[in-house]
Amino acid sequence: MAAGVAAWLPFARAAAIGWMPVANLPMPVAPTEKNKRQDELIILNVSGRRFETWRNTLDRYPDTLLGSSEKEFFYNEETKEYFFDRDPDVFRSILNFYRTGKLHYPRYECISSYEEELAFFGIIPEIIGDCCYEEYKDRKRENAERLMDDQEDNKDAKLPNMTFRETMWRAFENPHTSTMALVFYYVTGFFIAVSVITNVVETVPCGSSPNQKEVPCGERYTVAFFCMDTACVMIFTVEYLMRLFAAPSRYRFMRSVMSIIDVVAILPYYIGLVMTDNEDVSGAFVTLRVFRVFRIFKFSRHSQGLRILGYTLKSCASELGFLLFSLTMAIIIFATVMFYAEKGSSSSKFTSIPASFWYTIVTMTTLGYGDMVPKTIAGKIFGSICSLSGVLVIALPVPVIVSNFSRIYHQNQRADKRRAQKVQKARLARIRITKTEGSNAFLHSKRNGLFNEALEFTNSTEEEQRLSKSTSLLESQHHHLLHCLEKTTNHEFVDEQYYQQSYLEAGLQNYPSRSPSLSSQDGVTGTCCSRRSKKHHTPLPNASAPAHMQPLTHTHTHQQGLQELSTIHIQTLNILPAMMLKFCNQFSSQITTAIISIPTPPVTTPEGDAHLPAAPTHQNVVKVSAL
Amino acid sequence: MHLFFQDKWEVEGLQTVGILLVVCSSLKLMHFLGLIDLSTAGKTNDSVEDDFELSTVCHRPESMDKLQEQTKFTKKELQVLYRGFKNECPSGVVNEENFKTIYSQFFPQGDSSMYAHFLFEAFDTNKNGSVSFEDFVFGLSIILRGTINDRLNWAFNLYDLNKDGCITKEEMLDIMKSIYDMMGKYTYPTMQDDAPREHVESFFQKMDRNKDGVVTIEEFIESCKKDENIMQSMQLFDNVI
Repeated sequence: MAAGVAAWLPFARAAAIGWMPVANLPMPVAPTEKNKRQDELIILNVSGRRFETWRNTLDRYPDTLLGSSEKEFFYNEETKEYFFDRDPDVFRSILNFYRTGKLHYPRYECISSYEEELAFFGIIPEIIGDCCYEEYKDRKRENAERLMDDQEDNKDAKLPNMTFRETMWRAFENPHTSTMALVFYYVTGFFIAVSVITNVVETVPCGSSPNQKEVPCGERYTVAFFCMDTACVMIFTVEYLMRLFAAPSRYRFMRSVMSIIDVVAILPYYIGLVMTDNEDVSGAFVTLRVFRVFRIFKFSRHSQGLRILGYTLKSCASELGFLLFSLTMAIIIFATVMFYAEKGSSSSKFTSIPASFWYTIVTMTTLGYGDMVPKTIAGKIFGSICSLSGVLVIALPVPVIVSNFSRIYHQNQRADKRRAQKVQKARLARIRITKTEGSNAFLHSKRNGLFNEALEFTNSTEEEQRLSKSTSLLESQHHHLLHCLEKTTNHEFVDEQYYQQSYLEAGLQNYPSRSPSLSSQDGVTGTCCSRRSKKHHTPLPNASAPAHMQPLTHTHTHQQGLQELSTIHIQTLNILPAMMLKFCNQFSSQITTAIISIPTPPVTTPEGDAHLPAAPTHQNVVKVSAL
Repeated sequence: MHLFFQDKWEVEGLQTVGILLVVCSSLKLMHFLGLIDLSTAGKTNDSVEDDFELSTVCHRPESMDKLQEQTKFTKKELQVLYRGFKNECPSGVVNEENFKTIYSQFFPQGDSSMYAHFLFEAFDTNKNGSVSFEDFVFGLSIILRGTINDRLNWAFNLYDLNKDGCITKEEMLDIMKSIYDMMGKYTYPTMQDDAPREHVESFFQKMDRNKDGVVTIEEFIESCKKDENIMQSMQLFDNVI
């Protein structure tokens, strides 16, 4: 249970008033505070620095040193304070954890001393808050790398139950996982390079017959180039189909950028196959040739830097857009001005405003080809203004883009370093385990709690101390609350494992009980329990226990010998006097303990009762076996 | 036209440019429509949304003396309650999200948000969307220190979702479902879907005297007083604090 809300437990218990009128069963007894003491301040003396806090604050986390009775070992009788010979600076963070529920890691602190302190006080480091967790993990990793000689093992252990499809997908995504994947990676890379080079070489003029003009190689060795092209496209098609097959979510894969690039790379070839050599669409044919060059983008799978560059450009879209827009504005303005300035001069190249665009762009980007030059004085003046402003307009957004790129690049580096996914998963798993311990604590204490209650009413303190688990008051109140909820809905909390087992056995409705006194025992335990509890609602004449105590137990066994029992109910017979009741409870409860620990068929209570006259020896025997 | 285009190749070149433009814009259109997804590998980029926390709003409760007069708690109890309240809600008021989070800590196995919502409605007497310390303490005072009638009244108020003075079967079904949701999935016996409905039926059978399909406050109090279980469970609240 989380810390800060421990103070809200009274509220949660008060809110249970909503369940009361609805419940059909009587509620369990509330745990009483044996010595209702006022909340007091306790003093923690850590190497001379005194910290004071409420006792309740420390009780919020009963599984740590300060929250449990372990701190009594450090109690100093003379000064009436708890003395710890530890680092007071680190203790500050630890005490703040109790107060606020969040554990922080101070940056100036050495990682190993911090971990030692946490271990001493019984706090797991995984609950460090998100604000400080990254820093903590970074430092811890550096420390580990310093200590270890060889690097952490990088190879992903192959999970035992990966299907062929999953293996394939992993191989595609991380080429370093297996040699086959690496081979595949290099083969595709090679073929992309081959394809691109083919496209390039196609256009180089090869030596030709002297009478004709030079022909490009593509037209000279048409067949060879066609075969090369076909081979590459085959490989790419096969690769694409394999990726499509292996993808965990085919729909998402088809929508991703890389798959579009793949499709665009191979489509022109197929379209070219289908299309006939028609004069009308020859322009489109040229375009198809152009598209073949996009195969080079397939390299972005192979190169991380290329991907980052693409991502940067995308994320700097606004800056780029601004650059483009401002450039366009400037171009139009200057082109117009130049056109009208040069209109007068004869044989000027500035024949129209669109023609002046070329001059403006070349000038603003400081290229200066010199194919168009202003001749008039006004033209020259405006031309110089144009080139100066060009430098400014272009220089402004570029640093923004550069810094964006730098930031993203470093981020990516850190992400790789962190191997974020693995660390996050492990951390969440550990936190989840401690949380389920909390809910399992309730189930566990339920099993123990019943005979604790039985023992309370026998006023036998020594047994109580021996057998009862020390749960704090807060925990017992919380468990009582959950117990009330169970009674309201007439269902019980079980843990996941048991739920799945009972779910599998949903068909098995027959739970034979060995106890002959429980006559109509078939059917679901729900109604059975409620019937049982209603029956025993009348209070015992001699017993001092309230009516709740009677309907405690009956055992259920499963056909297949499942050793885990859902709820252990000890049945008491009505006619026993109080003393016998005491014996019976103790005896049965101890038998119960034995049942839990040893997977033997449960001893039923009537037999137990029959053995009562010889109780003392049996009691001893059972005690030994139980404990 | 022949001012611009010198020869055949220019035309074809321009056709190429045109086709490229068309393809790019159709890709962009498809991305816009959500058919394809042009965002690349850097998906780790997060967009930090700022929530406008009500941290600037700070509510101070009335003085302890006044609260002591109006509720039945002692000074010490009020101190303990306020310390816990302030720790969890430094701004002095609880909004519904916070409330649900706090309440869900007590029920790790199930989903307590619906019941927490109903509780919030019951505590927030002036319907302003937040529970201040006074609301909190007044509510607790009735439940923990009130008479049986007060408690039953408060429970009735909780069940009566639209505050019209009577509980219909639908309201009761909502409440019942929210209680059953708190149990979660892992229960024994396995939770059936009609368990809440059956429970509501039995509740109405017990409470609805004149069988008119609704339970009024008088029927509710009368039936509760007749039921021993309920009376006994009301005693539980005497020593919660």
